[in-house]
Amino acid sequence: MDVLDLARWQFAIVTVYHFIFVPLTIGLAPLVAIMQTAWVRTGNERWLRLTKFFGKLMLINFAIGVVTGIVQEFQFGMNWSEYSRFVGDVFGAPLAMEALAAFFIESTFLGVWIFGWDRISKKVHLACIWAVAIAVNISAYFILAANSWMQHPVGTIYNEETGRAELVDIWAVLSNSTLLAAFPHTVTAAFVTAGTFVAGIAAWWMVRLVRSKKPENIELARNVYRPAVVLGTVTMLVAGVGVAFTGHWQAQLMFEQQPPKMAAAEALCETETGASFSILTVGDLTGDCASVKHLISLPGLTSFLADNRFDSTVKGTEQLQEEYAEKFGATNPETGEELDYIPNLAITYWSFRLMIGFGAGSAALALVALWLTRRGKVSDNVWFSRLALIAIPTPFLASAFGWIFTEVGRQPWVVAPNPNPSGVDGVWMMTWRGISTNVSPAMVLTSMIAFTLLYGVLAVVWGKLMHRYAIEGVPTSVRDESPEANADGGDAPLSFAY
Amino acid sequence: MELQILWFVLIAVLWAGYLVLEGFDFGVGMLLPVLGRTDTERRVLINTIGPVWDGNEVWLITAGGATFAAFPEWYASLFSGFYLPLLLILLALIVRGVSFEYRGKIDDPRWAAWADRGIIVGSWVPAILWGVAFANLVRGVELDADHIFTGGFFSLLSPFALLGGLVTLGLFLTHGAVFLALKTDGDVRVRARALALKLSIGSAAVAAVWAIWAQLAYSVAWTWAAVVVAAVALGVVVLRTSQGKELRAFVASVAAILAAVVLIFGSMYPDVMPAVDPANSLTITNASSTAYTLTVMTWVAAFLVPVVLVYQTWTFWVFRRRLSVEDIPAPHGLSLRKVRTALHDAFEVGSTKS
Ligand code: HDD
Ligand code: HEM
Ligand code: HEM
Repeated sequence: MDVLDLARWQFAIVTVYHFIFVPLTIGLAPLVAIMQTAWVRTGNERWLRLTKFFGKLMLINFAIGVVTGIVQEFQFGMNWSEYSRFVGDVFGAPLAMEALAAFFIESTFLGVWIFGWDRISKKVHLACIWAVAIAVNISAYFILAANSWMQHPVGTIYNEETGRAELVDIWAVLSNSTLLAAFPHTVTAAFVTAGTFVAGIAAWWMVRLVRSKKPENIELARNVYRPAVVLGTVTMLVAGVGVAFTGHWQAQLMFEQQPPKMAAAEALCETETGASFSILTVGDLTGDCASVKHLISLPGLTSFLADNRFDSTVKGTEQLQEEYAEKFGATNPETGEELDYIPNLAITYWSFRLMIGFGAGSAALALVALWLTRRGKVSDNVWFSRLALIAIPTPFLASAFGWIFTEVGRQPWVVAPNPNPSGVDGVWMMTWRGISTNVSPAMVLTSMIAFTLLYGVLAVVWGKLMHRYAIEGVPTSVRDESPEANADGGDAPLSFAY
Repeated sequence: MELQILWFVLIAVLWAGYLVLEGFDFGVGMLLPVLGRTDTERRVLINTIGPVWDGNEVWLITAGGATFAAFPEWYASLFSGFYLPLLLILLALIVRGVSFEYRGKIDDPRWAAWADRGIIVGSWVPAILWGVAFANLVRGVELDADHIFTGGFFSLLSPFALLGGLVTLGLFLTHGAVFLALKTDGDVRVRARALALKLSIGSAAVAAVWAIWAQLAYSVAWTWAAVVVAAVALGVVVLRTSQGKELRAFVASVAAILAAVVLIFGSMYPDVMPAVDPANSLTITNASSTAYTLTVMTWVAAFLVPVVLVYQTWTFWVFRRRLSVEDIPAPHGLSLRKVRTALHDAFEVGSTKS
């Protein structure tokens, strides 16, 4: 493999890995903040127990999110230095803003939250977790601003002399239409993830406890776990509706902004009017259009997804390849190879369906949970507890496939050209041009292997800890540690220490 | 031009913030096996930085992001050029971070021992490599006409660069020991103070050799001032530590690190990445973003950096109390083997009696 393939693999591995932890943090921090708010406002101990329980799980997750994030920031320079030279004027700004406006708040106030239960007043302590909850969402906004610009460059001109993209309008970058759709889609997906996580774990506990038939266990299930199931379920449902709407909105933008991605998502070779949405397609999907056969199709749906009309025209890959070759050149000027402007059909097609399909896992859990906990009920249904556990990983997978779809579908561009009339002209970059020219395959391979091995070990440790803390359940006893409730003048041993 | 100078200074400030703050984190981590003789003592050490280490690390992330935004060519040439050292730093920071966060999550001596190793290695490696990297920036590296780094990995390991690694190592060890003397009580404090004294003398000697070498071979006249300040500051560290005036010793140690940053950035200016062949050097003008981007980022930084300083200072205030072994509560981690009885009740009663 050459540097390009290795750098792409490395980017895919470390970024998908980072994004296992990210959506859970983004969704769970606000849910923990809500639980703690409920405690502070009602004084009901159940909410403090839940805050402590899910707070610990959030922290275990957060730690890996943080350490894998630094790699993300560094590797643009390490593996993609030509890309960094080309886009730095535009792309660095949101990254620096993210650090200043979000990462500082996140990390500082989380530290205070973890260690501050007995140091600062209840209200200030509560404000700390809210600061974290808001900051993680701000960070999502800025990083998605950077990513959306790669999907749909705006606010920029191409400087012939330096050969670089130059920022001319930061507001355009921060209000990119692609961003305004991708941000709510990603964040609502994160809320689905965290809602499923909370509801799934709490539902599993509820069933366990109710099945023990011990009155005090049933009391615990009703009193503590059921509210958590309800909170998780409501979050999932509300956010789930948001995911579908914003996804539809993204598809409309994609139709305008990245037609090859749209065509690849449907494995649509020939331009079609009233294009259908296929659920199952066979054929090798390697670009040989003759072998593609759509087996089960929903008529008109792709057209609807793209343009809100069942009869609009969606361009196929063959026509797009011709159009792009004419505009951007048929061959690579350096190697003379023919350029393929259509992303990998198999990955794009299937990742799109897997994203939506795995979303159904959460939906199933939400509907069942809603039914089984209606009117104050608790459930002892074993199948429910199994469904709860199975549903937990599904939104993680859906998000991962969402990103794989977005990013692979952008290929062969790292900065995609902007075909719509309002788009900026001349700002694009093909992925192969973006890599560092002075980095050898051996170096990238070394770093890829090192990260993959280390990440593998971390995944095992993370999994073990999450599992161990989940099966421990809510703490048996909690006390109000705040300085208001303890008049010892702060000389007592710390209430919490590593 | 003014904006480029401003951003050069601002990036120096961000690095200074990083090296001052994470400097003592590294010191604490490196001294873990030396000053922490029992598990509880090691927990004292770790908890002096527990609430703040992550916030300290964000100074690095911000320095990286600011470099990307303000001087993209610098970011690109530096990060792709110093590939392997940065890879090692990243791996070390990952291991160190999770070790801090996960050490107490499981109450088991073997688990803690692994986490301690992670903290120790994860602190030693970057403490040395940052110095190697900066010394190379002072010395100049091989760049071609496109400003692309062409020297190999071993070109980064000149004697001057390696000595630079020892300088940051010494400064961070001293800084950490002084910080621990300031933030702990009891035996740990006594030992930290004694060690800080020895370390500050040793690191002053190494730093003096390197700084004079840098001045004579690579630097400009005015940075002699920074060398003098550093020398005085390290002298004050020795003096104040021996008098038991820990806060003053710590302030002096901060000053020494700041002086080192001034020396490094001062000798680079107006280059951001001096090349062996000066014609190929990356300078604040040929590496920078456009005036528009710099203006935007100036506004953002002018609003946000002061706010960050305010709330980070507040956290140091919240956790100002000295820690000793008496302050450390019983471990809160879970046992790996024994799951809490409530779960057993639920399982056993559920499966046997019903
Ligand atoms: C949609 C959200 C999102 C996306 C697409 C990314 N991240 Fe991320 N990142 C977060 C959302 C996030 C977060 C929620 O803010 C994290 C995860 C857990 C955490 O601690 O903060 C985080 C942590 C995190 C950190 C550590 C922050 C700290 O120490 O507190 C850095 C440096 C990055 N990220 C950088 C990146 C880069 C350069 C990315 C692009 C390739 C990236 N992240 C993708
Ligand atoms: C966290 C969610 C993300 C995931 C899971 C993700 C996933 C991926 C994947 C799978 C690839 C490889 C595509 C291929 O090579 O065919 C890729 C490439 C890339 N992505 Fe993302 N991405 C994410 C966010 C981002 C963001 C936020 C940015 C920019 C700020 C970004 C920038 C890039 C770049 C520069 C490449 C390398 C060029 C390429 O191979 O396309 N990605 N990403
Ligand atoms: C009705 C169902 C859905 C539709 C129509 C939909 C649509 C889309 C589209 C069109 C994109 C690509 C945007 C682009 O490349 O420009 C996308 C990306 C993505 N999707 Fe979905 N999606 C759906 C469900 C889900 C679910 C259930 C999840 C996860 C829980 C999810 C998570 C993501 C993520 C993380 C991305 C990548 C980030 C982004 O580009 O916003 N999606 N989705």
